[in-house]
Amino acid sequence: MATPVMEKSDQAPEPGFADSPYITVTFRVRRFNPEVAAEATWEDFQLEIDPKERVLDALHKIKWELDGSLTFRRSCAHGICGSDAMRINGKNRLACKTLIKDVSPEKPITVEAIKGLTVLKDLVVDMEPFFQAYRDVMPFLITKDTNEPTRERLQTAEDRERFDDTTKCILCAACTSSCPVFWNDGQYFGPAAIVNAHRFIFDSRDEAGEQRLEILNDRDGVWRCRTTFNCTDACPRGIEVTKAIAEVKRALITRRF
Amino acid sequence: MSTTESPATGIGPVEGASQYTVDNPAPLIEAPRARTKKTPKSTRGNFEMVAWLFMRLSGVVLVVLVLGHLLIQLVLDGGVSKIGFAFVAGRWASPFWQVWDLLMLWLAMLHGANGLRTIINDYAERPNTRLWLKGLLYTATVFTILLGTLVIFTFDPNIR
Ligand code: HEM
Ligand code: SF4
Ligand code: FES
Repeated sequence: MATPVMEKSDQAPEPGFADSPYITVTFRVRRFNPEVAAEATWEDFQLEIDPKERVLDALHKIKWELDGSLTFRRSCAHGICGSDAMRINGKNRLACKTLIKDVSPEKPITVEAIKGLTVLKDLVVDMEPFFQAYRDVMPFLITKDTNEPTRERLQTAEDRERFDDTTKCILCAACTSSCPVFWNDGQYFGPAAIVNAHRFIFDSRDEAGEQRLEILNDRDGVWRCRTTFNCTDACPRGIEVTKAIAEVKRALITRRF
Repeated sequence: MSTTESPATGIGPVEGASQYTVDNPAPLIEAPRARTKKTPKSTRGNFEMVAWLFMRLSGVVLVVLVLGHLLIQLVLDGGVSKIGFAFVAGRWASPFWQVWDLLMLWLAMLHGANGLRTIINDYAERPNTRLWLKGLLYTATVFTILLGTLVIFTFDPNIR
């Protein structure tokens, strides 16, 4: 490839501010504050904003300039911590990884808390049931040899590759809270817990795969999955969630027959 | 702009002062059947796995049985107009069609019943609702399967 050069024509400052990048965008936010009203309501905010900014930037602008009571979680602002999963235009995404131009800013952009978990205030939900399901699959390395390891636990590149996809999870709950089975019955483990079980079940160094499979063979385990694929669509890390669930199902069946 | 102190303009039209305050908040809108440390109780056994497998295996067989059935009943040889007592009697004279229909009855009923069981599990939130809906479902399923089986085996073409 050619050496990168500054493209002068593009970089030249525009005369005046004739084509300002700013456009007017309406954000329709689902508000809920139990200290004020028992019901959640929609509230519109109009912003002048560059559509190349992210939805998170818009939420910041609203909170900092229009209404300080708007409540949402965010930490890293760069798609790593998994705090700001929300339902944007009806689809679960991370606000910090969603560009405004990608969610049709000509129309009002709806922003809601993720579904299936109790809303505490505005966009903040109670994540406890989600993390309970996560803890229930024992998401940590288990070995039969309980002695302190004296050297690194080695594995081949192929063995590592086997579960690579599911190591990428940031526990944002976008998948679990996009699942219609979870919406209606929060006792279902949910995709995220299965993804994190998959991470260890298919790790050659782990020795409790059988136990985890048994946990997911539960009435509220993998068999409740209806292959809706909402989870795969929702995952901001691009994990093939439905495929991971199918691999756990297959492991359960082939182990028995 | 609006803060929690001022009557929240941002939080919907509230007439006068809200009845809810910081010390007296409204109840949260709970999600249905949330997972906790103690619920659900973990279950043993492979029932759900067998049910899942059965849906797929019976589905494959049902494709042949049901499509064949529809073709024979509704399309071939004059369509619905040919169906009558004589037509049914003629087909059930052969053990082949008896077995076909018996298999279709059992598989479709069990498949359909298990499908509805799944749907009840998904949608019914209260344990009592589940119990009653499933009770109704199982009763209807057993009744239909038994009645259908009885008819296939005891069918008398000379009845008048
Ligand atoms: C034509 C052949 C058929 C095939 C291939 C088939 C296949 C399937 C499969 C694979 C499922 C499981 C879906 C899941 O787990 O997500 C299913 C569900 C279901 N089936 Fe069938 N089926 C057939 C015929 C029937 C018949 C004749 C009935 C009615 C008696 C029926 C009623 C149901 C119901 C009620 C469900 C549950 C729906 C749901 O899970 O959302 N099916 N079917
Ligand atoms: S699998 Fe993807 S969507 Fe689900 S919790 Fe992990 S990162 Fe989020
Ligand atoms: S704020 Fe950390 S993932 Fe979006």
